[in-house]
Amino acid sequence: MILQHVADGILSGAIVALGAIGLSFTMKMLRFANFSHSELLTWGAYSALVFVAFFSSFGGFLDQTIGPFSFGPGLLLAMLCACVATAIIALLLHRFVFDRLSRMAGHMTMVFASFGVALTLRHLVVLIWGSDPIYYSRELQFAILLPGNVRVMPDQVFLLGLTVVVVIALHLFMARSRTGIAMRCVAESPDLARASGVNVDRIITWVWAIGASGAAIGGVLYGMTVQLRPELGFSLILPLFAAAILGGTGSLYGAVLGGLIVGLSENLSVMIIPTTYKPAVPFLLILAVLYFRPEGIFGERSR
Amino acid sequence: MIGLVSYIVFFLILSLIFGVAVLGLNLQWGFTGLFNAGVAGFTAIGAYTMAILTGPARDAVFGGFELPFVVGLIGAMVASGTGAVVVGLATLKLRHEYLAVATFGIAVTIQLVCLNWEYLTGGTLGLIGIPNPSKAWADGPLAQNAFYLGVVLVVVGLTFVALERIVKSPWGRMLKAIREDDVAAASLGKSPERVRLEAFVLGCMIMGLSGALYVAFIGYVSPWDFLPIVTFQIWTMLIVGGSANNRGAILGALIVWGVWTMSGFVISRVVPSEIQAQGGAMQAVLIGLILVVTLLIRPRGLIGEELHVSRHARS
Repeated sequence: MILQHVADGILSGAIVALGAIGLSFTMKMLRFANFSHSELLTWGAYSALVFVAFFSSFGGFLDQTIGPFSFGPGLLLAMLCACVATAIIALLLHRFVFDRLSRMAGHMTMVFASFGVALTLRHLVVLIWGSDPIYYSRELQFAILLPGNVRVMPDQVFLLGLTVVVVIALHLFMARSRTGIAMRCVAESPDLARASGVNVDRIITWVWAIGASGAAIGGVLYGMTVQLRPELGFSLILPLFAAAILGGTGSLYGAVLGGLIVGLSENLSVMIIPTTYKPAVPFLLILAVLYFRPEGIFGERSR
Repeated sequence: MIGLVSYIVFFLILSLIFGVAVLGLNLQWGFTGLFNAGVAGFTAIGAYTMAILTGPARDAVFGGFELPFVVGLIGAMVASGTGAVVVGLATLKLRHEYLAVATFGIAVTIQLVCLNWEYLTGGTLGLIGIPNPSKAWADGPLAQNAFYLGVVLVVVGLTFVALERIVKSPWGRMLKAIREDDVAAASLGKSPERVRLEAFVLGCMIMGLSGALYVAFIGYVSPWDFLPIVTFQIWTMLIVGGSANNRGAILGALIVWGVWTMSGFVISRVVPSEIQAQGGAMQAVLIGLILVVTLLIRPRGLIGEELHVSRHARS
C-alpha cells in the first residue's frame, strides 16, 4: 500500500517538477510570482489535442500505437508542436503584458496582471474546448505489476522516463552551453550579467521558451495519464509554487526535487489525513519552508 | 419599469456588498501594501459565521443560534478578524510575492474546510434558510430588497467614513509610510510588523462583514461561492477603481460588477442555450482582460491615489 503511494507520488511529482522548472526560473529571473504559469500546462495539453487530431488525419504509422503504450508517434510529434505553441503563447504574453509592465511599473503589478492572464487563459480553454473531460486516446492498457504489489501503467513509465530525459537535457544545457551559463548569470544578477556583455533580453526569451516547453510537456503527460480538464493547470498552481519555493527559486534541481517532495507528500498524506484535504498539503509545505528556510533547499541565502 | 427598478436595486445590493470587501482590500493593499491573495477565504469566514449565528437550528450541524442580524454582522467580523490574527502572525513577515502565494493557499484551505467539515459548514450542500432581516420590516420582494439596500448603504457608508477617518489619522499616515519604506518608518520608532498586522486584521474584518451581508441577502451559504475567482474579481475591482482611494474602491466594484452582470445578460440573450456554460467563461475572460488592460493603459485606476503634501511642508 505504502509503496503504491510512493509510486503515485513520484509520478505526480514528475509532472509538478516539469511545470515548476519554468515557474522557478521566472520567479528568480523576472522577479515576480506568475500565477498564470499553471495555465501554460493547460494550454500545452489542449494545443497538443489539436495536433493529435491533425497528425491522426494522416493515418498510417502516425495513428498506430507503440508497444504497450496508449499513444503513437502522432502524440509525440504533437507534444513537440505543443511545446512550440505554448512557448509562442508565453513569449506573446511576455512581449505584450509582462515585459511592458516590468518596464513601466513594479513587480507587484506583474503579479496582478498574472491574475488577469490566468483568468483569461483558463476560460478561453472552456470557450474553445468546453468544460467536459477529454482524453487523447481511448486505448486500453494493462497495468504492469511491480514487486511490492505496485501497479503502474505503461504510459506512467513513459512519463517518468521522459521527465528524466528532459531534466538531463536541461542540466547539460545549463551546465555546458553559453546560453545556459548566461542564464545562470542572469539569475544571479541581471545588472552584472548585462555589464559583462550578456544580452539579457535574449536570455529572458530563452527562460520563457524553456519554462513554457516544460509546462507543455507536463500538461501533455498529465492529459495522457489522467485526463484533460480546463482546471488541469489551475489545480496544480499551489503544488507548482510549493515545488518552486521548496527547491529554491532559480534552481533546476531544486524545482525537480521540490516537485518530487510535493508529489510524495501529497500522496503519502492520505495515510494520515482525509483525502479531501489533500489539496492543502502543498500549502502547508510552502508555509513550513518559508518559515524555516525561506531561501529553499537549493537556494542561496541573500544578504 | 418595476422590473428595471427591482433589477437596479438587486444590482446595487450585490455590487455594494462587493464594494465592502474591496474597501477592506484597499486598506491592506492600497494603503499598507499588503498583498492579500486570499480575499475569498476571509469573506467565507464571515459568511459562515453569519450563517451559524443567525441561521435556524438543524440536526447534525453545529450552530443555528437564531441570533439577531446585527449580532451576526459583529460575530462575522470577530471571526474573520481572529482568523486574520492567526494568518497574519504566520505570514506577514514574508515578502510581497511570497505573501501572495501564502494567502492564496490559505483561501484554498479555507474553501476546502468549508467543503468538507460537514458538522460546521454543512459540506457541499452549505447552509440554507439564513433569515433576511428585511422580511420583518417590508412586504413583497421589491420592498424587501429596497430595505436591504438601505441596510447595505448604511454599512457601506459607515465603513467608508470610518476608513476615510482612519487613513487620514496619524495611524493612517503611518500605513503609507510603511508601504513606501518600512526601514525609514522603523527608524522613526514605528513598528512596521505591528502596524502591518493591525491593518491586515482590520481589512480582513471588513471582508468578513462583506461575506456576512452576502449570505443574509441570498439566504444561504455555499462553499462554491468562495472559489479563488472571487479573489480575482475583488482585485480587479480595486485595480480598475484605483487603489489607495476609497471612492475608487466603491466605483471599481460598481463598474466591474456592472460589466459582469451586463455581459451575463447579453450572453444569456445572444448565446444559444446549449452552450451557456461557455457563455459563463466569456464573462471570466472579460474580467481578466479588463484587469490586464487597466494595468497596461491606466495603472493607477480610474481615480487613483490623491497626493497629499503635509501642511507643515508647504511654503
